[in-house]
Amino acid sequence: MTALAGGIGSLDIEAIRSDFPILGRAVRGGRHLIYLDSGATSHKPRQVLDAERDFYTTRNAAAHRGAHLLGEEATDAYEGARARIAEFLRADPGEIVFTKSATEAVNLVAYAMSNAATAGPQANRFSVGPGDEVLVTESEHHANLVPWQQLCERTGATLRWFGVTADGRIDLSDIDELINGRTKVVALTHQSNVTGVVPPVAEVAAAAHKVGALVLADGAQSVPHRPVDVSALGADFLVFSSHKMLGPSGVGVLWGRRELLEAMPPFISGGSMIEIVRMESSTFLPPPARFEAGVPAAAQAVGLAAACDYLDALGMVNVAAHEEALTAHALDALAAVEGLRILGPLDTQDRGGAVSFVLAGIHPHDVGQVLDELGIAVRTGHHCAWPLHRALHAQASTRATFYVYNTHDEVDALADGIRQAQKFFGTV
Amino acid sequence: MDVESMYQEIILEHYRRPLHAGLREPFDAQVQHVNPTCGDEVTLRVTLKDAGDDAVIADVSYEALGCSISQASASVMADMIIGKTVAEAMRISDEFLTLMQSRGEAEADEDVLGDAIAFAGVSKFPARIKCALLSWMAWKDATAKALIKTEEQA
Repeated sequence: MTALAGGIGSLDIEAIRSDFPILGRAVRGGRHLIYLDSGATSHKPRQVLDAERDFYTTRNAAAHRGAHLLGEEATDAYEGARARIAEFLRADPGEIVFTKSATEAVNLVAYAMSNAATAGPQANRFSVGPGDEVLVTESEHHANLVPWQQLCERTGATLRWFGVTADGRIDLSDIDELINGRTKVVALTHQSNVTGVVPPVAEVAAAAHKVGALVLADGAQSVPHRPVDVSALGADFLVFSSHKMLGPSGVGVLWGRRELLEAMPPFISGGSMIEIVRMESSTFLPPPARFEAGVPAAAQAVGLAAACDYLDALGMVNVAAHEEALTAHALDALAAVEGLRILGPLDTQDRGGAVSFVLAGIHPHDVGQVLDELGIAVRTGHHCAWPLHRALHAQASTRATFYVYNTHDEVDALADGIRQAQKFFGTV
Repeated sequence: MDVESMYQEIILEHYRRPLHAGLREPFDAQVQHVNPTCGDEVTLRVTLKDAGDDAVIADVSYEALGCSISQASASVMADMIIGKTVAEAMRISDEFLTLMQSRGEAEADEDVLGDAIAFAGVSKFPARIKCALLSWMAWKDATAKALIKTEEQA
């Protein structure tokens, strides 16, 4: 590794960039790539690609199967990855469940809750039905909203939600009414993928726990970008995905409190999650295996562990500080653009590095097209948060997101590109 | 810039001053179509004159929320097909669909497509094809519904 700051300090961005082969490619018109879409998916450093390749070239086998050396080594690699990810979160390895994505991890919990009705007395605390309430927020990514709507459809429970304030923060003014004796589960973002807002998860969780409700935090946009310690999180479950944190696609993580995972019924069933199978019925393994049916994505898990190594070597505190500086710069630079409205808070207080905006007279698709022409990759649309856009009176927006390899020059290029779009469409 | 091949002056002109925009009465069918990836939407109404093979498009009115490509496409489409028979309009629609799916390779027939040929550059940008097709798909859907209604009344 070349890019390691070690300890607390500023990141050597040039050294980091040299670890990401894709940042060297040319895009439209032979221009340099300016990648401001890491909130959708991040790029991967050589170290992650090498780890995945090394698994396939030296230890490839189906983990937890096979009476042979490769099977043993593949299993060690897979379980070693689990331990590494647990360390990254200050968690216990037995509390780390591999899924295929953060989305699947949310679904795992939501389906386990509707499966609880027929899973025996130990699963009672997960059971929901008519009269019970499921609480979310209006700022959720669809992945942390639709599975809960569907849970309510299946069980007859009622979906309720916190609204958002004008600057995109979660409106907690009616928390005492929304969290009540009927609340069974509260699912909320740990950092908005649109506004960057970081809600007070621990505070909400404390209120939820007083009434015996479960709490799930969506960490898809937090775990990649700042230190997350599950023991201080307050929530019972945390979900995130590998591909947004320098790791491979195809693997995600559910962290859950051990005593909850132990009592929770399975979602996807099949091979390697069973204890005894008879024709009439089966019993299941303890967690995490209970939730990992099928041959696992071991190479991807190993890649994610390498991503944790990479991020820890940089220092997550330093990663967060770098992104905060870029976000502050972007908020300033964009606020100076005529006719531009930022969705979300205008300072970096409790706010991560997603900067979404609307431009008077130019649709986000058209902004994105001109930026793409300049080599600047952003996301346009509702970013899988349609209700949040509605609440903020935006049909769609353009979003820039930052990561370890982004520079201040790239932020300036974004502001300049937006002005070029305005010139092209004749709005200023 | 390469985007200039997409944003033809004629497209920007329709975007700034859309033709036949707004929802009008009476109508035979109304549909609402959305592009789920970006939330763009169009509400579109079709009014037919006569039924079956003789059906003529008396009016197409619409309300479109979306990017320049989707808005201009609705305007160009309405302007081209109002007054044509359903059969003629379907032919234009098919030709337009072929053009949009061509990744910029098709030899489009300007006699059939008229102003819609300006969208040829859009077909080189896969992410934008849906934008250009949104109102055409809505029109086809509304027309199918309107034909059923006018058949029933005939």
